[in-house]
Amino acid sequence: MTLDSQPRAARIRTALEAAFAPLVLEITDESARHAGHAGARPEGETHYRVRIVSAALAGLSRVAAHRTVNTALAAEFAAGLHALAIDAAAPGA
Amino acid sequence: MKPWGSPEQAGVGALPPNFSERPGDMTEPPVFDRIRTLVSGHDVVLFMKGDRHMPRCGFSNTVVQVLDVTGVDFVDVDVLADDEIREGIKAFTDWPTIPQLYVKGEFVGGCDIVREMYQTGELRDLLAQKGVPHAA
Repeated sequence: MTLDSQPRAARIRTALEAAFAPLVLEITDESARHAGHAGARPEGETHYRVRIVSAALAGLSRVAAHRTVNTALAAEFAAGLHALAIDAAAPGA
Repeated sequence: MKPWGSPEQAGVGALPPNFSERPGDMTEPPVFDRIRTLVSGHDVVLFMKGDRHMPRCGFSNTVVQVLDVTGVDFVDVDVLADDEIREGIKAFTDWPTIPQLYVKGEFVGGCDIVREMYQTGELRDLLAQKGVPHAA
């Protein structure tokens, strides 16, 4: 199945597209690499990586940029999202 | 990304929204005082899963390795050994994941940010700027 047919990946995409209108948005499910670790669930969908490029991130410090991404995904963190690696940048940065 | 230290780079020095004392705010969890004591009592504090000798998470392990190779002394706080800290640090920092690195009482970032700052040399610059001893 494609990644976006996963409920969580689709929700992450929807939330980030709504919040950032990103030029680039890549979502990778890395749950399998963390199988058996704390926070991992047998059904997966716990560990993700996102690469996002958006003008909305221009001028933000790294901490501020990551916070805005985390905040946009607060509902997912509250619902079992365990780890999120973030590569966030503004266009041209 | 701009270099650290310029005035608009409020992020690295920005205290979490709950950091300052707020008179009359009775809703603050008691664990915040414990966390404040920890991060203000040591130059470098890493909230992590497991301890520096046996990290129990790859992201925590990465930050330990960065700090070790940078040659900076740090205090490791195992959140898995303390449920109050484990949940409290997320609210205190307004950051949903572990690990979390503090330098001189200020939140620096999680695994991605610390690794990136190490790679660009900004971590050493930050330590030097803060007067924290580390290998040259």
